[in-house]
Amino acid sequence: MSAGHAPGVYAGGADVIAVLILLAEFGMLRQALARDQVRLYAAQSGLISALAVIVGAVRGLPELYLLAGLSAALKIMVIPLVLRRLLRAGRVGADLAGPDGDIARSGGMSLASTVLVATAVAAAGFFAASHFTVGGAAAPPAALSLSVSVVLVAFILMIHRRDVLSQAIGLFSLENAISLAALVIAASLPLVLEAALLFDLLVAVIVFGLLIRIHHGRAESLSTTDLTSLRG
Amino acid sequence: MIALLAVPAAAAAGSLWLPPRAAALASAASGISCLALAAGLVPAAVRGGLAGPGPLRLDALSVIFLLATAFGYACAAAYSVGYLSTAGGHGLARPGRQHWYWAGLNLFACSMLAAPLMGNLALMWVAVEVTTIVSALLVALEGTAAAAEAAWKYVLLASSGLAIALLGTMFAYYAGARALGPGYDLAFAPLLHASAHLPATAARLAFVLAVLGYGTKVGLVPVHTWLPDAHSEAPSPVSALLSGSLLAVSFYAILRFFQIAQGALGPRFPRDVLLAFGVASLLLAALYLLDQRDVKRMLAYSSVEHMGILAVGTGFGAPVALAGVLLHVLAHAAAKGNAFLGAGVLARAFGTKRIPSLRGALDALPWSGPMFLLALGALGALPPFGMFRSEFEIVAGGFESGATAAAALLVVLLTLAFLGLSAAGTALLPPGTSGAARGAPDRAAPGRPGAARARMANGAAGASAGPEPALSRGEPSAWMVVPVLAGLVVLLVLGVHPPAELQGLLSRAVDLLRGAA
Repeated sequence: MSAGHAPGVYAGGADVIAVLILLAEFGMLRQALARDQVRLYAAQSGLISALAVIVGAVRGLPELYLLAGLSAALKIMVIPLVLRRLLRAGRVGADLAGPDGDIARSGGMSLASTVLVATAVAAAGFFAASHFTVGGAAAPPAALSLSVSVVLVAFILMIHRRDVLSQAIGLFSLENAISLAALVIAASLPLVLEAALLFDLLVAVIVFGLLIRIHHGRAESLSTTDLTSLRG
Repeated sequence: MIALLAVPAAAAAGSLWLPPRAAALASAASGISCLALAAGLVPAAVRGGLAGPGPLRLDALSVIFLLATAFGYACAAAYSVGYLSTAGGHGLARPGRQHWYWAGLNLFACSMLAAPLMGNLALMWVAVEVTTIVSALLVALEGTAAAAEAAWKYVLLASSGLAIALLGTMFAYYAGARALGPGYDLAFAPLLHASAHLPATAARLAFVLAVLGYGTKVGLVPVHTWLPDAHSEAPSPVSALLSGSLLAVSFYAILRFFQIAQGALGPRFPRDVLLAFGVASLLLAALYLLDQRDVKRMLAYSSVEHMGILAVGTGFGAPVALAGVLLHVLAHAAAKGNAFLGAGVLARAFGTKRIPSLRGALDALPWSGPMFLLALGALGALPPFGMFRSEFEIVAGGFESGATAAAALLVVLLTLAFLGLSAAGTALLPPGTSGAARGAPDRAAPGRPGAARARMANGAAGASAGPEPALSRGEPSAWMVVPVLAGLVVLLVLGVHPPAELQGLLSRAVDLLRGAA
């Protein structure tokens, strides 16, 4: 982050998108309705795809267009679709009031303190990561540090929320954060490998859906507060 | 090499269509042929490795983990034949579930065999992630509330950990692309070859993130929390595979990053990281072992302990210690697989996993009882078994490399863990002759030693006339005895006189780990 000169259009644009991704993560953290959480996730994924297109254009890596398309299809269409269907199935749960899935009360701490903690953690991650001189000449200066912040906030999201849906979304957005980091430091990774990673995500989504269904069928709720029998 | 992946994949596909019994036999056959195939790869690995088609690569290090996985697979598949046919009316017994069980088991084995065969860090990550997904479903398959809880915690924690490992892989790519140019594709061999020229910060980040990420799957403290849950609630053959093979495969991933970090940063830093994680794991696991009431949770914490030993041994870095670590991987696969399978028989026969209720198992189960006790002894590293040899080598290596304090701590913690295991072991013994003669007061366990002994005196192993039909047959199934016996034989061979081929394989792999090859 020793930018003695102003960043170019590409670096500036990438950093702006990274900031937006972080904001979307915070939005998911504080969102009260599961339906809106899913929407925010889709928006965040859209930002990732947009960044992939930009990086592909600037660095002359046409295969990134294909990757952006694949990732958009999966993360904007398929995953939110699966999650919404689960949400509809889970509506019978007593703890999910209303058709949109009110998960405001699923937090372990009060919302304000969670956001404060997440802000502190995100800042710590940002400054710690900016000490690493990893970026390289081609990379936008702040995006990598921001991706570390998103990773940490995603962890807070998973820790804070006590319902399976938010935990799953937390995990998927963690994957988004890693995509962000990958676009910054490993943009030229061969397409085959990227596709393998995406396929893997697809399988994970299906399994998460299955497990959420099993959990719901068993506990009649999407809450994890009763998952406490295994200790010690 | 391809056959090693094709056979279990075919068995998995077949399991979906074949009737359950045929699927069972096909899976057992697939497990045993995989073991034979893996053993057949040993000479090639000793000669210096093999490059298969596409990303498949093979060297001495990967063959050791292949052997551990294939052995666990063969045992678990054969054992499952008996486990499912005696499942009674609950959980896994439903035919629909059995299809999924067999398909999942074979797929799980296939992905675990794939990970050490991948000569590419990204594909190795994909293989390990697939193991998580498939095994989480297998954990949930038992159908109890606890199993659903364990599966959810497992898949969430392990996937988060693996996401961190993916971040580590990306840093490795970045480092590699810096040294090798933009066409780099995360292949392992060139990265290791160029490891001296990697940028230090990126290599350091990659290693730490990989240890933390894959360490989640290995069960290193403090990221081990899913492990006791998943291992205790999964069907017993799956627990055996999870513990004996899956943890080892994840440790393999850490070793690959260790090799790279060693090349890029020198041995000091990566060894210290592993030493810290290892000692923490040992300490916590040893304390939990001391007071554990659930027999499968106890074995799970013992897994944490043994993974800690592996990390500590690698952290010592002396050749003797590294040879011990690799031998320990094999011995742990045999011993822990064994112990989980034996615990499965006990739990099936007694209908509980609580250790105090298993009293008298030695009498009620003429084969499984004593063998489980022997497996516990093996896990506690009693002398005739392979783990004694490997732990001895690790401790000796610790003193040799000058880490005297750590080695002494290792001995203390090993003793503590042994104490916990042996306390559980004594709980299985008959409550003294007088107690056995009375028998009746020990009402907590359905298998009363007195009754069991009387049956054995009659020699009526098959006749079930007693009031306890669940236990009257002695052993539930021969399929559940033979794999455990095979494991004990392997442990004995590893401990008393490891074959020359294996010695060659181990020393070759140690050379690789030290970067001397």
